Amino acid sequence: MNIAVCVKEVPSATSAKRLDPSTYRLDRSGDSELNPFDVHGLEEAIKLREAGHEVEEIVAVCMGRENAQRPLQKALALGADRVVLLTDPALAGSDISGTAYALATVLEKQNADLVILGQQASDADCYVMAAAVADHLRRPLVTQVASLSLEGGTLRAKRQTEHGYDVIEATLPAVISVSDAINTPRLPSIKAIMGAKKKPTDQVSAADAGIDPSRVGEGGAKSVVRSVSPPPAKQEGRRIEDTGGDSAGAIVEFLAERGVI
Amino acid sequence: MATIVFMDHDEGAFNPNSLGVLAKAASLGGEVTAFVGGSGIDDAWAGGLGAYGASRVLVADDAALAGLPQPLVDALEPHAREADTVLFGAGVVSADVAAGLAARVGSGINCETTDFTLGEGGVVAVRPALGDTVMVESTFASSPAIILGRANAFASEPTGSGTAPVERVAVTVQEWSSAARMAGREQAETGGVDITEADVLVAFGRGIGGPENIPVVEQLAKALGGEVAATRAVVDAGWTSYSMQVGQTGKTVSPKLYVACGISGAIQHKVGMANAGVIVAINKDVNAPIFEFADLGVVGDVLTVMPKLTEALAGR
Ligand SMILES: Cc1cc2nc3c(=O)[nH]c(=O)nc-3n(C[C@H](O)[C@H](O)[C@H](O)COP(=O)(O)OP(=O)(O)OC[C@H]3O[C@@H](n4cnc5c(N)ncnc54)[C@H](O)[C@@H]3O)c2cc1C
Ligand SMILES: Nc1ncnc2c1ncn2[C@@H]1O[C@H](COP(=O)(O)O)[C@@H](O)[C@H]1O
Repeated sequence: MNIAVCVKEVPSATSAKRLDPSTYRLDRSGDSELNPFDVHGLEEAIKLREAGHEVEEIVAVCMGRENAQRPLQKALALGADRVVLLTDPALAGSDISGTAYALATVLEKQNADLVILGQQASDADCYVMAAAVADHLRRPLVTQVASLSLEGGTLRAKRQTEHGYDVIEATLPAVISVSDAINTPRLPSIKAIMGAKKKPTDQVSAADAGIDPSRVGEGGAKSVVRSVSPPPAKQEGRRIEDTGGDSAGAIVEFLAERGVI
Repeated sequence: MATIVFMDHDEGAFNPNSLGVLAKAASLGGEVTAFVGGSGIDDAWAGGLGAYGASRVLVADDAALAGLPQPLVDALEPHAREADTVLFGAGVVSADVAAGLAARVGSGINCETTDFTLGEGGVVAVRPALGDTVMVESTFASSPAIILGRANAFASEPTGSGTAPVERVAVTVQEWSSAARMAGREQAETGGVDITEADVLVAFGRGIGGPENIPVVEQLAKALGGEVAATRAVVDAGWTSYSMQVGQTGKTVSPKLYVACGISGAIQHKVGMANAGVIVAINKDVNAPIFEFADLGVVGDVLTVMPKLTEALAGR
């Protein structure tokens, strides 16, 4: 079986996040990294292979800037066999709708029995991409999967809802998104990092992928930002740097001052 | 202006987030249609949505519609195509249906919406973004506009009285929508401590390292006269039980004091505890979002700070 894992390039956790005031789009000029939530998807694919399921190929699929090739090296070092980067200036400014359509168009050609997404992207904080991709691909869907097993052509997944855990079975080919608690991703070894350089990386344009340009990018976006403003002002919190537990006295003082102890 | 509100429900109770969005839509004036999909729906119960402002209720009743999102997209699609706006409150099933519908009808979707207006000039949705550091106002370039609200952003009090007329609608389920089946539910255990009642909560996340360190959290909670709570990550990982979970798919709490130990402060956690009186966060990552809304942020190793704090409290 083949597994495709969707991975996004996002601004790294330490870089300041801001919207470009002229385009209202995320400023992507700083350092970037692999979306940490997607690393759990890759790890799960590798675990399925290690568990003895016949996983012929794990392909990491990304829509992003050409610069995404660098974070994608990490996907290869973690265990993806190949990456496909869909990159085209025409895709910049895509909304959820356009991105789901573009990803699904690329995924359709990957012949994957299982498509795995992360629970959310750390830059956009939506958690809906898997459901939109599944609809385009016309495949069954399970989101927020906290544990996963496969048997024959069926997957069994547990996911949390507002009422506890649902157990859902779905026939492959299927689309899932994984919770960030499904596994603890490994760190790539030096050998794996070196090995990653030899793995194939395909770079495709929107036209190569057969994407209708009117459905993507800023022009194709159905959700249009009209204005951006600061959030309602709130009082700054107090901050203490702790060394070896030396903050305990100050915390107690603060709690007493606020009348909660 | 045709507006439809998708009503998520479970075991005879509507999701309060769906009710809140319905009440908000109705408060903006105009006709609002509530859509209830499920199996064995009682007409009188569905009609009761009139009390939240629904002017009519569409009921799609089919065994395939029990709790799984894709058949619900199938059932909703023909009505959504006739609408200007389709609204969803926060919820796991609601989010899946909203996004599936957006893909199906080629619509734009606004997520984490905290406010919206409906009018002849079109729909405007507001969402906080980038860790709630900016408010983004969006419009839609196609119809229907799809909006998925943030958890607890819309209050769910009844706005009116009386019942709304109910209309039963036909359902056609797509073949791929039946390829997923509900195999069971592992119910949250009931009984034990009710964290929504506690005045003081000491909550832990993955940052405490492992379940073996839970006693350290318990000792701190005891010293503060409070109870222990948790994030989804540690519940999903099996360190503790679902009944302890605070957040979007867990409980909403508002204690006088909330001490967050090794918790990143993800938005889905924040929506469940942001109304606490005083929030103290202990986290070693200075960039953790929790520091953006904590009253006191302690940057340090939680496994060192917790026992020292317990000790200092005992010494008072
Ligand atoms: C639809 C949906 C619903 C959700 N519902 C909920 C919900 O109800 N409740 C909920 O909590 N989450 C929910 N989530 C998950 C949420 O997005 C986060 O994944 C989760 O809250 C993260 O939990 P965490 O903070 O324990 O773990 P992490 O995000 O891994 O954070 C651990 C933190 O601990 C810090 N840390 C690590 N080691 C130490 C140390 N030694 N000392 C100090 N600090 C340390 C780290 O810096 C980090 O900030 C939901 C997600 C989705 C998509
Ligand atoms: N040159 C590009 N090629 C492909 N995708 C891009 C490009 N630039 C941005 N994207 C993606 O398009 C979406 C919207 O990007 P942005 O408008 O920069 O927030 C995100 O998923 C980006 O990763």
